[in-house]
Parts: sequence; C-alpha cells; structure tokens
Amino acid sequence: MSKGLTWRVSLILLFLLLSFLYLTPTLVGKLPPWWKGVLPKDKIHLGLDLQGGTHLVMEVETQKAVEGTLDLIATDLEDSLTAQNLRFKRIGRTGPDRIQLVLYDKGTAETAEKLVKKKYPEMEILPTVEEGGFVNLQLRMNEKTAQDRKDKAVAQALETIRNRIDQFGVSEPVIAREGLNHIVVQLPGIKDPKRAIELIGRTARLEFKLVDENVTPSTTPLPEDDEILTEKKTDPTTGAVSEIPLVVKKKAMITGDLLTDAQVRIDSQFNQPYVAIEFNSTGAKLFDQVTATNVGKRFAIVLDNNIYSAPVIRERISGGSAQITGSFTEKEASDLAIVLRAGSLPAPVQIIQNVTVGPSLGADSIHKGLLAGLIGVALVVCFMAVYYKLAGLVANLGMVLNIIYLMGALAALGATLTLPGIAAIVLLIGMSVDSNVLIFERIREELRLGKTPKAGLDAGYDKAFLTIMDSHVTTLITAAVLFQFGTGPVKGFAVSLSLGIIINLFTSLLATKVVFDFVLARKHVKSLSI
Amino acid sequence: MELISKTRIDFIGKRKVSFVISSIIAIVGIIGIIQIARNAANMGIDFSGGTEIQLKFTQPVSMEKVRAVLAQNNLKEASLQEIKEGNKLLVKVGKTRFTGNAAETIMGVFKKEFPGNDFVVESSTEIGPSIGDKLKKDTLIAVSISMLGIIIYIAWRFDTRFGIGATIATLHDVLAMFAVFYVLNKEVNLLFITAVLTIAGYSLTDTVVVFDRIRENLHKNLNESIANVFNKSINEVMSRTVITSLTTFLAAISLFLFGGEVIHDFAFALVVGVVVATYSSIFIASPVVLELESRAGKIKARKEIENSNLSLENGDDDKWNLKA
Repeated sequence: MSKGLTWRVSLILLFLLLSFLYLTPTLVGKLPPWWKGVLPKDKIHLGLDLQGGTHLVMEVETQKAVEGTLDLIATDLEDSLTAQNLRFKRIGRTGPDRIQLVLYDKGTAETAEKLVKKKYPEMEILPTVEEGGFVNLQLRMNEKTAQDRKDKAVAQALETIRNRIDQFGVSEPVIAREGLNHIVVQLPGIKDPKRAIELIGRTARLEFKLVDENVTPSTTPLPEDDEILTEKKTDPTTGAVSEIPLVVKKKAMITGDLLTDAQVRIDSQFNQPYVAIEFNSTGAKLFDQVTATNVGKRFAIVLDNNIYSAPVIRERISGGSAQITGSFTEKEASDLAIVLRAGSLPAPVQIIQNVTVGPSLGADSIHKGLLAGLIGVALVVCFMAVYYKLAGLVANLGMVLNIIYLMGALAALGATLTLPGIAAIVLLIGMSVDSNVLIFERIREELRLGKTPKAGLDAGYDKAFLTIMDSHVTTLITAAVLFQFGTGPVKGFAVSLSLGIIINLFTSLLATKVVFDFVLARKHVKSLSI
Repeated sequence: MELISKTRIDFIGKRKVSFVISSIIAIVGIIGIIQIARNAANMGIDFSGGTEIQLKFTQPVSMEKVRAVLAQNNLKEASLQEIKEGNKLLVKVGKTRFTGNAAETIMGVFKKEFPGNDFVVESSTEIGPSIGDKLKKDTLIAVSISMLGIIIYIAWRFDTRFGIGATIATLHDVLAMFAVFYVLNKEVNLLFITAVLTIAGYSLTDTVVVFDRIRENLHKNLNESIANVFNKSINEVMSRTVITSLTTFLAAISLFLFGGEVIHDFAFALVVGVVVATYSSIFIASPVVLELESRAGKIKARKEIENSNLSLENGDDDKWNLKA
C-alpha cells in the first residue's frame, strides 16, 4: 500500500469513528454508565417543527417604558414639591419625551429646577416660559437616555420572561434577544401553548388605587386625577360575565414592585382560590399608612388596568400581607401568582409571531422525512449500481459516508435539525453522487481514448475536479446567505446544505478515489467496471 | 450501461425555438414577481402576515360546509386547503382581512358547527404584518446577495461571454420557478424562496459541465466552425448533464412524493428547479454564449469588410474569431 493511501484511509476511518462517537447519544436510547467524561452526550437537536412546540417573537413596546419612567419622575417631583410645601398647578408628562410643570411663581420654578438638577441630572431643562400668570417649566429626556431606558427595558423584559418560564416549568426553553426590541422565545414540547403565551405576554403591572366614591362613572368631565377602570365579575352560578365600571384615582398608592411573595391559597369558606401577597418593608409601611388614613373607603386592586376586586378597607392593615380575590380558577390563580412573583414587565409586549406545531405533526414530519430519505437513497443506489456497475457501488459508498459524516457533524456542532434540514440531506443524496457521475463519465471517456485503468482514473478525477468545485462553491454561496438571513427551519436547511456540500467535496474527491486506488494497487486490473 | 449514447442533436440550430419558449417563461416569471411585489400573488403568511391553522379531524369534513360555516362567521376570505390524507384541513386568513384572534375564532367556529367531529390543532401560525415586511426586505437582500455572489464567482471563473451565458441561464431558472408557481397559483413563502436560492446555486453545475467541454474543444478544434464545436460539446456531455440531474431529481421527487404536506410545495419547487436547470444548461446557456460570440465576430468581421471590401453573406455565424 502506498504511503498516500494509508494516510487517506486513516483520515476516512478517523472521521467515521468521530461521526459514530458523536452520533452515539442519538442512536442509543440510553447511554451505558461508563459513557462519561469527554465523550459526547448530546443528541442531535430537533427543531420545533420536528419535536413540536411554540416559537414566539415578541416586540417590547419600549416607548411605553420611557413614558413610564417619565410618569414616575413626574409623580416623584409632585411628592417632593408637596413635601416642601410648594404649590403647583399641574405636573405631568406631555408627549413622548417631556414632563411639564405648571407652577404659580418663579421662586417655585427655581426650586424645582434645582431639585431636578440634583435628582435627575439626565433630564434636560428647557427655558421657562411665563404665560397667563403661570410659570411653565419643561423637562426633556434626551435621545441617548431614552435609548438607554429602552435598551434596559428589553433586557429587563427578557429577564422577567425567563423567570416566568422557569417557574412555569418548560424543559430546555430558548429565550433570546433579537435586534433592538424583539425577544424570541422557544418552548419545545409545550402542552398548553395558549396558557403559556398568556403567562409570558402579560405585563402584570399590579397597582392599588383608591376608589373615588364622590364621582360616578357617568360624570363628565371626570376630575383630572381620576380615571375609569372596569371590574369583571363572573356569576358563580350562571357563569355570566358582567363589567362594572369604577372611578379610581389615577395615582397608584402601592405598586407590585414592592412585593416579596405571592402564593395561591384556597378560601376555606367558599372554596375559592385567591392569591396571598406579601409586601417588603417599604410596601408594608405604605400599606399600613394608606389603610390607616382611608378606613371605610374602597381600595381597588388593579392588574394591567383591570380591576380584580375593590374591597372596602375595614381597618388599618399592618404586617404587610394582603389578598387578591376575584373570580378565577385555580390555574388562573397560580399563573397570577407566578407573574406577580416574577415581577412585571417594564413595558407591554406584543406577540408578533407565534408558530405552534403540535407533537403529532412533528412526529409525522420526522417519519415522512425519513421515509422520503430512504426511498431517495434506494432509488439513487439502484440507479448508480445499474448504470455504473461496480463503480456505481463505490459512488454509493461515498454517498453513505457523506450522510454519516453529515449527521456526525450536525451532532458535533450542536446544530438543529429541522424538516427542511432533512430535505437538504435528501437533496444531498442526489447531489453527492452527481460529483461521482461527473468523474465517472470523464473516466469512461478517458478509457475510450485507450488509456489504462490507472491513467483513466487519475485523469477522470483531475479533470472533473474544477467542474465539481464550481458547482459546490455556488451552492455554498447561496447556503451561506440562507444561513445568514434565514430563521428557524430555513436556517436548518442552510446548515445541513452547507455542511453537506463541504463534506461531499471530501467524500467524492478523496474517499471514492481511495477505493479505486486500493483495488488498483492490489490487483492487476485490466478493465474498470464503470 | 448507457442511457444516452452518441447523440447528434442540433441544439444550436434550434436555439431560436428555445429562445422563444424561454422568453415567454421569463416574462411570465417577471409578471409573477411583479404580482408578488404588489401582494397580488398567493403569498404565504410569513410574508403577508396573518394566521394559518392546520386541523386534523376524526371524520371527513365537507369542504362546502366548511366554506359556508366560515362565511357565516366573518371569515369568508379564509382560504382552505384540504389535505386528503387523514382528514386534514389547512385554513389561512390574511391579516388585512380579519382583525382579532383568527386562530381562536376558527377553532371556536369548528367546535360549534361540527360538534360530532373532534379535531386536534396540528399547527398554528400567527404572524404580525411587521414581521412580514421585515422578512420581505431580508429576503430581497438575501436573494440579491446570493445572485451577486454567484455572478461574481462566474465572472471570476469564466470570461465575459461565458459569464453572461451562465448568469442568464441562472436567472432563467429562477424566473421559470416563479413562473410555474405563479401560473399554478401555488403559495410563495419562505420555503419557496429557499428552494429558488438552492436551485440558483445548483443550476450552475450543469452549465459548467457544458462550458468546460466547450472551452476544451475550442482549444482542440481550431479550424472547425464555432457552432459545430458548441453542438459537438453539448452532445458529448449530454449523458452526464442528464444523469447528474437525474440523481438529484430522484432525490427531489422522493421528497415530493413521500416527504409529507409540510414540505410538499418546497419539494415541488426543487423538482421544477432541477428540470429547468437541466433544460437551461443545454438550450440557453451555450446558445447565448454563441450569440454573443458571433455578434462580437460580426463586428470584427465588419471592420474587416471596411478594410478589405470583402462582402460577407448572412448566416456567417459559424465564423468565429479566436481570442489571441
């Protein structure tokens, strides 16, 4: 055996060994106990289209986060000025990036300016304008700060969603940020996608607001610091849903970020589930104060602008625990507890893409993909064997090697196999023998010219080389572009295709040649079976 | 064994016919692309936005009844596709036509109107219009980059005329795929685009096989007319052109027949692409090169006429000026 041959054969066997090594976890149902250490343990990842599951793309409404921050600053300035006994007409957010302070005199304006400079140095103070006896002071959040806030909002939303999914219990979820304001969530094998989506997409902003008993919902105009929210009530016997509008103060007395815990409990009297919440020390103190000063009034528990319940404050509540009751099922109560524990989203999210594949369709796709692959292999194998006889078998051997290497590479790289990915592999069955067809046709031609088998073989491989390279390079160009731009299934196609094409160069140019060289070196061959 | 032995077909002489056929195909393809750009073609929801839901019923459902029932529930515009095997039904609703949660509504309608016929949701896809727009833009960029990449590679590998021939053949294949999908009103979605790009990359294989042989023969047969060299070369490599395509075709057709409904159209696009790519490498790529060569030849020849006052007759396509 020549030196070159040994080297090439070892390379082929080494790759074969590596492929099987990486494929073992996929092929063997349960790994033996001695299979540990550096040995690969991961199966080939299946895409959601094959194993079933939900793929979500969510858009974080980041502008809402900026507005929320501005609202908070406005409220805080209100409180600070009130604490210093300074009078003002109105403080509030105007437009997407401004806070307006309408004050009575210049002195207050100066104090307010100083306060802003100290507490919110990132806010830009616009020149004050005096008109109609009022001093008008405007603050603007500059673009960079707003961008930072938006960026942080997406990061926070990602973290919150991760918490929620962890608590909900999904195995191997993928939660990733995509682009400026998108979050991609993949939940493989999820059984109740609708419930999961509701859980993930909920803003879950919990607020406690006082009900304004002096005003009825039909009053027009409403006082400036009031708003109308609705309470949904389900009649336990008839199941009819009624919506009751209530006038509440716009300003939230306590918010959900002061919570430390939320748990589902069952009311022993009515056998109704409710959510018991615990406040942190700040929250507990606030709750104590608010309830002390508002005994007899109603306190609305508001989640995402829907009133869950509006119980009357019967007495001062200290100790920092409260209950959220409402007409919900146990599942709904437990989901509510999860979102309250995981915290609210800094801004609402919108689901802009939702692809859900049921497990039956996924299994069906695997089954059909494999069937198509096997039939494809059978057709090509038969054709090659008939058309090129023994040489055709060599090409078939190359094709089988190609598939094994490709599967091994997919496992080793931790790539994801999708249905189009399987299609790419089937397509490669055809393409991989293409290269050998080119070589064989060339060899036939060289033999017709009267060359010896050895010379014909070498010339065939040499002359077909460039042609094979050409087609491989152009296919690789498109596969690379598809990889860059494609998502999910298409990316799976691109991965299988590009890996397969690179591997095919090796198998068709090197591996099949080895077989011929090996035979020619051993035996004195008078004619090639081609 | 040999399927195609020594052929002597005058491909070059029949080029007028193939040019006419291909021009028609290309024009239909261009119309298809324009319709796609105008959103007037059968667009997949990944581009147009909307909802698609696949249901599997326990008993067969009548399509007429489904249509009537959906129409009663404000879903008249929903497009239906029946999958024969296993009582499956695919319902598609464009975003522009229906607001609200279409998937929920559809499921509710079926639950109410087909009480005795249980179903499972095999898949449901909802795509917002913003994603569709982004995807369209991304796809356009992807297609442009791949075509540019292929053209640059071809330009580097071949000289100008062969490069133009190969590029035209590749574009022809792409347009033909659009034409077939447009005429058959098949859905244009991301998978179709994937198939188109794959074929764009693959299409060159056959073309290169022919071109390599033409170049080789041009160097060997300096005295023969260029049309003869082209014809001879195409005939010489006929069998390998057909057989390389045949093996890929066999793989693609088994995907088409056995791969299941999810990739049915994708596999169909691949089958069409493989066939068209083979046709174009024989009937388009080389004849285009020949046209270009003979035109360049004519210009050169005219100059010679001016210089030497020799008259040339029509049909002197066969005279070819070898580049030094």
